[in-house]
Amino acid sequence: MSAFDFRNVTLPEEAIAARSEIRAFLATELDAGTFEPHRASWSTFNRGFSQRLGAAGFIGVTWPTEYGGKNASSLTRFVITEELLAAGSPCGAHWIADRQSGPQILRHGSDRARREILPRIASGACYFGIGMSEPNSGSDLAATRTRATKVDGGWVIDGQKIWTTNGHLADYIIVLARTGDAGPDRHGGLTQFIVAMDSAGIEIRPIRDLGGHHEFNEIFFDACFVPDDMMVGAEGQGWAMVTGELAFERSGPDRFLSDYQLLVSLVDRVGPNPDRGAAVEIGRLVSNLATLRRMSVSVAGLLDKGENPALQAALVKELGTTFEQNLPNVARQLAPVEPSMASADPYVAGMAETILRAPSFSLRGGTREILKSMIARGLGLR
Amino acid sequence: MTEHEGDFAGIINDQARRLFERCTSREALAAADGGAFAFDIWTEIEAAGLPLALLAEEAGGIGLSPEAAFGIVRLAAYFGLPVPLGETMVVAALTGEAPVGPASFAVADGAGIAARVAYGQVSAAILVEAPTGWVLCSPSGDAVAVERNLAGEPRDTIELALAAGKAVQCPDWLAGAGLLHIGAALRALQMSGAMRRVLDLAIEHVTMRQQFGRPLAKFQAIQHLLADAAAQVAAATAIADSAVEAWGRPDFALRAALAKARVGEAATLVAAIGHQVHGAMGFTQEHVLHVFTRRLWAWRDEFGGEAIWNEQIGRAICAGGGAALWQSLVEMTSETTA
Repeated sequence: MSAFDFRNVTLPEEAIAARSEIRAFLATELDAGTFEPHRASWSTFNRGFSQRLGAAGFIGVTWPTEYGGKNASSLTRFVITEELLAAGSPCGAHWIADRQSGPQILRHGSDRARREILPRIASGACYFGIGMSEPNSGSDLAATRTRATKVDGGWVIDGQKIWTTNGHLADYIIVLARTGDAGPDRHGGLTQFIVAMDSAGIEIRPIRDLGGHHEFNEIFFDACFVPDDMMVGAEGQGWAMVTGELAFERSGPDRFLSDYQLLVSLVDRVGPNPDRGAAVEIGRLVSNLATLRRMSVSVAGLLDKGENPALQAALVKELGTTFEQNLPNVARQLAPVEPSMASADPYVAGMAETILRAPSFSLRGGTREILKSMIARGLGLR
Repeated sequence: MTEHEGDFAGIINDQARRLFERCTSREALAAADGGAFAFDIWTEIEAAGLPLALLAEEAGGIGLSPEAAFGIVRLAAYFGLPVPLGETMVVAALTGEAPVGPASFAVADGAGIAARVAYGQVSAAILVEAPTGWVLCSPSGDAVAVERNLAGEPRDTIELALAAGKAVQCPDWLAGAGLLHIGAALRALQMSGAMRRVLDLAIEHVTMRQQFGRPLAKFQAIQHLLADAAAQVAAATAIADSAVEAWGRPDFALRAALAKARVGEAATLVAAIGHQVHGAMGFTQEHVLHVFTRRLWAWRDEFGGEAIWNEQIGRAICAGGGAALWQSLVEMTSETTA
């Protein structure tokens, strides 16, 4: 198995059927005007949208039916997510829960956590945040200092997390905390906990991003109690679990479709009869995007077979976020405008949204530099 | 592919690897580079049956799957094999006949002039796309111009006697497209092999070469350059695979266009990084790196450079409008029905 293998994947009938179904759902939402495609992104929180999506059976589809899922292939989930992204839908509320928290609870959570939480996620009514980063532990997760101390019947968490997207709206966050010594490889002594956000001892402070959005938060834990059965996996397994899910987090279409709606409006701006230079540039964007989709589908196929293609996922994310970040630069050359959030023109407003969001593309989910170092390790250079 | 067929393809692939490795010594590559055609190498390749890989079994071929057959072509490019194995393989498959020597293919004008044909003068047969249709010709007489590409591979302009050739039916799956698309997919695939070699050479070099008391590989700047190259190789490999997998299907032409466009972009970046990390050593004739980087620089422009294919793709997308783009992307890279 080579990291350069991005094999053909034949989507199952079930996934092709799901494409029609999710498109019908999205058409209904668009007709009802529930969202503006060029303004939304997969971090845009919209409770109503996620609830209707859950009610229609599009969240947690890969999980067993007893937990609210449909036992569907992860390729079916892939199709649903790419359609949600391409349509510019506001899928931020349920995104983290569906993409990584839910799957992790399913694999490593207690029986109670699975029974109580998963069906609510699948119904579109229960949302998660990620509690990994800390002020002194961004890319370097092994430097985690938030501590969990064993007490009777559970654990007490003290410390601080930061950059918790939609943490102020989430029902739970999964906190990576230190429960023991790091050991010689620095990866020991970390454990994950499901923390209910209505627990005592939690304080949330908003952080506004440079675009004015309130998505980020700082979260402070002061003797916050977590019952034993809200520990995820065994004590000390945190590092393995966090790194084990990276292939899911990094290879998905959310790594190259974040600003897809800007491409749609760019194509319309350029019009049906572009000059040669514009045609070449649009073609270049499309040949790059087609390649990314091929790679992403292929990794989804490997994940579906139970493999852990972490290196391929890093390659997809690095290429994908570079593409996303470059899109507004190309658009500026082909169809110059003064970007404006207030504009009624989807291209002009979409350009403003994208420019102000783009720096985050190569930061969230593993910075570009971390990914390149991972790739270099895969090449045997480190 | 059945499991049995997979084993069989694996055995042929292993045999091909050993053969290519043996045939591509530094001396052999240097001799072929701008020099006489390596008939000795061709004889071995032919004896191993490799030009028949893509030809159906009932026509006397090996009948490998397109993935497996083109996997051999990629391997040949990885070793810099200086004979037209890929060209001969596709000519055999497209004409349904076992070839009788090296073969090539080209687009010609009405007078039968075909420009810069790969291995044109030494080919025993050339499949020509003329304005009147496809013709399988035997070149006779001297070339109009004997030329070489940047890698020293023969690219002869030749005059073909179209009337004396044998008409060949262009397959239905290539309707609206033609040999230009076949060439684009072939070169894209070959580039993916050659750039993998550039990456491997670069990894080998930075691991061995010491500066400031440590291997170059330990410098983060070098690691990140090679990570960039690896990402390009991965993208090129993925999209070239997507083209050759569609061999025999109506979506082949579009996938070939996407592949040539994207792989050409990757070739430029990988060649540049390959040279940067090799330093002055890689800029010499003595080092083998140029065998692969000069091929990348030549192949990226053969059968249309990325600007030409991107323009074609861009025009089609713009004509369809923004709303139609997503379904086009889905069809380009996965299921062909909505």
